[in-house]
Amino acid sequence: MLKIEGLSKSFGGVAATNDVSLHFPKGSLTAVIGPNGAGKTTFFNLITGAFKPDRGRILLDGDDIAGLSPPEIVRRGIGRAFQIARIFPTLTVRQAVLGAVHAHRNQHRILAKRFPMPGSGDRAEQVIALAGLTAKADTLSRNLSHGDQKLLDIALALVLEPHVLLLDEPTAGMGPEERWAMIDTVHRMWEQERMTLIFIEHDMSIVFKIAQSVRVLSYGRVLAEGTPDEIRRHPEVIKAYLGDEFEASHA
Amino acid sequence: MTRSSLLRDSLIAIAVFAVLALLPFIVPGKGFTDFMVRLAAFGIFATSLNLLVGYAGMESFGHGLFFGLGCYSFGLIMQTFPVSIPVAFLATVGLSIVVGTVVGAICVRLNEIYFAFVTLAFQMLLHSLIIAWTPITGGDQGLTGGIPRPPFLGIRLDDYYHLYLFSTGLLVASLLAMYHIVQSPFGYTLRMIRDNAARAPFLGINVFRVRLMAYVIAGAFGAIGGMIMSLFVSGAFPDFAYWTISGEAIFMIMLGGITVFLGPMVGAVMLLLLNDFVTKMTTHYGLVLGLVILLFALGLRKGLMDFAADLWRDRQTPTSGPRPDTAAKTAASAPARAGE
Repeated sequence: MLKIEGLSKSFGGVAATNDVSLHFPKGSLTAVIGPNGAGKTTFFNLITGAFKPDRGRILLDGDDIAGLSPPEIVRRGIGRAFQIARIFPTLTVRQAVLGAVHAHRNQHRILAKRFPMPGSGDRAEQVIALAGLTAKADTLSRNLSHGDQKLLDIALALVLEPHVLLLDEPTAGMGPEERWAMIDTVHRMWEQERMTLIFIEHDMSIVFKIAQSVRVLSYGRVLAEGTPDEIRRHPEVIKAYLGDEFEASHA
Repeated sequence: MTRSSLLRDSLIAIAVFAVLALLPFIVPGKGFTDFMVRLAAFGIFATSLNLLVGYAGMESFGHGLFFGLGCYSFGLIMQTFPVSIPVAFLATVGLSIVVGTVVGAICVRLNEIYFAFVTLAFQMLLHSLIIAWTPITGGDQGLTGGIPRPPFLGIRLDDYYHLYLFSTGLLVASLLAMYHIVQSPFGYTLRMIRDNAARAPFLGINVFRVRLMAYVIAGAFGAIGGMIMSLFVSGAFPDFAYWTISGEAIFMIMLGGITVFLGPMVGAVMLLLLNDFVTKMTTHYGLVLGLVILLFALGLRKGLMDFAADLWRDRQTPTSGPRPDTAAKTAASAPARAGE
């Protein structure tokens, strides 16, 4: 369970995240939406420790993790994938996933044994299969397609067996068909791994199709929260973000 | 991925050492053994720098800090205390680990050019210290008067064949140890940090700690290279701590290549041979060396072993159809990094 209380972060005079309080129940699937510059990625950066919050608490199963470093937060069980896939270009898919398995098991500083350590292979293959990358396991990460690089990025986060997984625009830069394939994969991962999944998404058809609930950010504040149906009808959301046109076409 | 085990690699190392031990009987003359002792010193030194540059993506310009430290520390301990060579050897490795930890803790937080220049600054600090602290270090005259070499375990380093065996033995053992390290889980963590230092923390990797470990390990091996050098010249000179010594190691890994583990060794052979032959023929050594470096940097755009590895990979790949991706990338970008 992830509970955010009064989270704030300013850059210069701009409040990128302004007194945000949100609650993500255990095992939920939540979409975070909002116009460009609403502070969605900043929100993720605060939760994962990339930025230190100015104020507020981030409670993971009751423990305040605000202000911890990224590796510490990862070890508490919050995994993350990035808007632009952040991978390891010169490693093969298998090597990268194995490397993440070693890091997760705290075996990544072992000098005296050979890579990979016994027992790490099974978990790696399992995650590679979950991401649908088995056929490309020996491909260098830099030679993967854009979509597969994003899948690898998510797979690397999955290795950590996160209680909470944050996906920053998993379908960014993809064509329509690729998008739906990606969302199916993400949905499957969520069902199989039973984690709390929070994703940022711009494509409203995706959001309204798979999200159990939606949080809307605007100018660093929480504008609305609720089920997809509630959000779709929320007057302020329509005004600030979805637009009258959307209302007309989806009414 | 070809799986190599420590056992297999150790057997190869023993076989290589056996061949090296016999070589002086086939290639007689002190010229050969002298060359090999220098090669051992510089080979270990350049390979240890490549742990940082090739595997960890940490471009140190000041690796000579450890070469100089190894030279002076070993020489001073042997001149000052009545200890055996292994004791002085271990004490020097210990000292280099302490210095590496302190200097590394300051440097490895920095990225790229800042890391490069702060490491260089620490090396020049050591150099200045050596020049200024004349009563201890002999100043710009260097550490003179010879280094005592009490026999140990039947090894008499006064004898040039014994020194040859000792140095090449250390070379083979150090290469084996460093190869083992780059094939360890730690070695792969280095590659991950090199590839994407921003991503690694989100996998639970403490980048600072891993980089510091790499810096300390590379420094300890660099100091071993320096110790062999001080045995070879029976002294220590400020030049061994000057920035040019770091430059030579960088030239070696540029010439030999950074993507193949033995690239820096090949580069060390090339640079030492160039040095020996060119200085015999002309006084314009720097000019010739510069042209050769330019040839590699602008012509091949990679080191010799990188080039060989790419050729090998091309032959492995079926030649049906072009491979636009890798071909374009290797031509356009800086040399690819150490993979296997």
